[in-house]
Amino acid sequence: MSDQNTNEQPIIICRDVNKWFDDFQALRGISMDVYKGEVVVIFGPSGSGKSTFIRCINRLEEHQQGTIIVDGIELSHDTRNVEKVRMETGMVFQLFNLFPHKTVLENITLAPIRVRKWPKKKAEEIAMQLLERVGIPEQAEKFPAALSGGQQQRVAIARALAMQPKIMLFDEPTSALDPEMIKEVLDVMIELAKSGMTMLVVTHEMGFAKSVADRMFFFDAGLIVEGGTPEQIFTNPQEDRTKKFLAQILTH
Amino acid sequence: MAITNHSQPPPRPPGPIQWVLKNLFNSWYNTILTIISLGIIGVLLYALIQWILFFADWSPVTEFPLLFMVGQYPRDQLWRVGISVSIISVLMGLSWGIWRGLIQSFAITFGGLLGIVALIPVQMDFLTVEVRLLLLMNVGCILLSYWIGRVIKTSGLYVSIAWAIAILLIVLLILPGLNNFSINISGNEVIILPHVPTTVWGGLMVTILLSAGGIILSFPIGVLLAFGRRSTLPVVKIFSTFFIETIRGVPLITILFMFSLILQVFLPIGSRFDRLLRALIGITIFSAAYMAENIRGGLQAIPLGQEEAAKAVGMNSLQINTLIILPQALRLVIPTIVGQFISLFKDTTLVIILGINELLGIGRSVINTSPEFVQLQLEVYAFIALLFWIISYAMSYSASQLETALGVGKR
Repeated sequence: MSDQNTNEQPIIICRDVNKWFDDFQALRGISMDVYKGEVVVIFGPSGSGKSTFIRCINRLEEHQQGTIIVDGIELSHDTRNVEKVRMETGMVFQLFNLFPHKTVLENITLAPIRVRKWPKKKAEEIAMQLLERVGIPEQAEKFPAALSGGQQQRVAIARALAMQPKIMLFDEPTSALDPEMIKEVLDVMIELAKSGMTMLVVTHEMGFAKSVADRMFFFDAGLIVEGGTPEQIFTNPQEDRTKKFLAQILTH
Repeated sequence: MAITNHSQPPPRPPGPIQWVLKNLFNSWYNTILTIISLGIIGVLLYALIQWILFFADWSPVTEFPLLFMVGQYPRDQLWRVGISVSIISVLMGLSWGIWRGLIQSFAITFGGLLGIVALIPVQMDFLTVEVRLLLLMNVGCILLSYWIGRVIKTSGLYVSIAWAIAILLIVLLILPGLNNFSINISGNEVIILPHVPTTVWGGLMVTILLSAGGIILSFPIGVLLAFGRRSTLPVVKIFSTFFIETIRGVPLITILFMFSLILQVFLPIGSRFDRLLRALIGITIFSAAYMAENIRGGLQAIPLGQEEAAKAVGMNSLQINTLIILPQALRLVIPTIVGQFISLFKDTTLVIILGINELLGIGRSVINTSPEFVQLQLEVYAFIALLFWIISYAMSYSASQLETALGVGKR
């Protein structure tokens, strides 16, 4: 899909992004462009910098060198810009991070009411539509602790979508789930990908990558080792490290 | 394969009679021990009840009941205190009707205490029919305004505003700052609210004013200091840390002395700073330092993911702290905060050293009024201890009900 969009400006532009945690360099000169409507899967061993990278895109982590431009806004120390980018970027976390003192409905409507300044009624209508979309409208009045892990993650997806973001970031969304719950979350993500959402997904779910990813990037030691379409990566990986890693995760 | 195993659930725990038979009378020596223990408890209880009902002389309490309640507050101005109590009754009921579970236990405890006093089946001089009726009227106020609150279903914002106005009203009604509030009626100046200097205030009223004032004022200061100490701004962080550690390193009694003596040195000559107000400020800053550390403990217990999730949906740091972090942190530290409020309530007795006649001070001055009362110290102190216990327990009980209503520990 990236080929058709080359005349269009990318929605995420990363140029030579570097990031250190004290002396440890987590990202080493990452450059990546993501176009509107693309689904990009990022995978690699733990500690490879893949989570750090997508957390830099909505500035949950600060990069120290290089440029990140999201939807035309450059991420810098200007908190106004950062908040603007975060409004346009939804994020789903490995551990869901729902607000335990709010009901499911309140979790979803909180940001639209407080940040987007929507009237409560509009926010609730949209929240209920989103709950229908992720398949759990009957859970609206419950507290998160009463839901299963898969349901909680679906609420988290609905919460991120409620801000009507242009980009969705997924940070290992199924890693904390039981096998039977992984599917219900992936189904929602596949539906979202098919609806044309721009998505950056850190995951090891290779089935998901095969079926909806436009491009895949293999991270190791803070570098992009290899990138390409799922077909290229799965059938004809160029780098030894990629082959080795794929062999490890695909044999199971 | 169908599940065919219909096994029985384990037997339920035994009822009280079985429990007693199994644990207290299961062998001859346990039976003897039980009987001896029951005998000792019975003798002690009998002696205590005998002392309370027949041997103790409660005359210091029954002769000066109003002294214990309000000190030397002018008796013809007592309606001001009464109206303040009624205002609180009405608002308690209203808040109960609108916020339900969150206020319910406080309203019921408050009304219950008033009702119990009103219906004490013992003849007492100060509990005249009028006083009993007034107390019951307050209980009626709570119930009526509860019903109103349920019917009108207004927003909590208005109730909060009503509370703020009510506190202001109470302050105007009973506080001393107001010198002879008067109005002109056809040329004649009529004094409506004569000046009542704080020197004549006393008793339970002062104890409650100091502790309620200390609690209401120290809470927001404590919250600010807790956030201040976690701030990334060096100046704010250093100031908060310095304030907290300094105040916590000093005994309350020292702070009270400091405020009563040293404060006067720094103030311009001739300006008078009310004694009660000085005590209140001392108690407030002392309590705020401890409050800050308690709340900071709660803030630190909130997982980082909560802040990240709130950031990710675009909230600013004020929204993150007030909507996500603080509500969760406060729920966690309710038991600690209530413990602190209870000790603050009891610590108010220390203002006795500033010459303020709070409950304990009144007790001492009653004892000193006559030589025969000196013999009755035990009765006076027992009565004061009972009052402290009732109010402390009511606070603790209400807080545990609040925890249940908030589902603390459950979600």
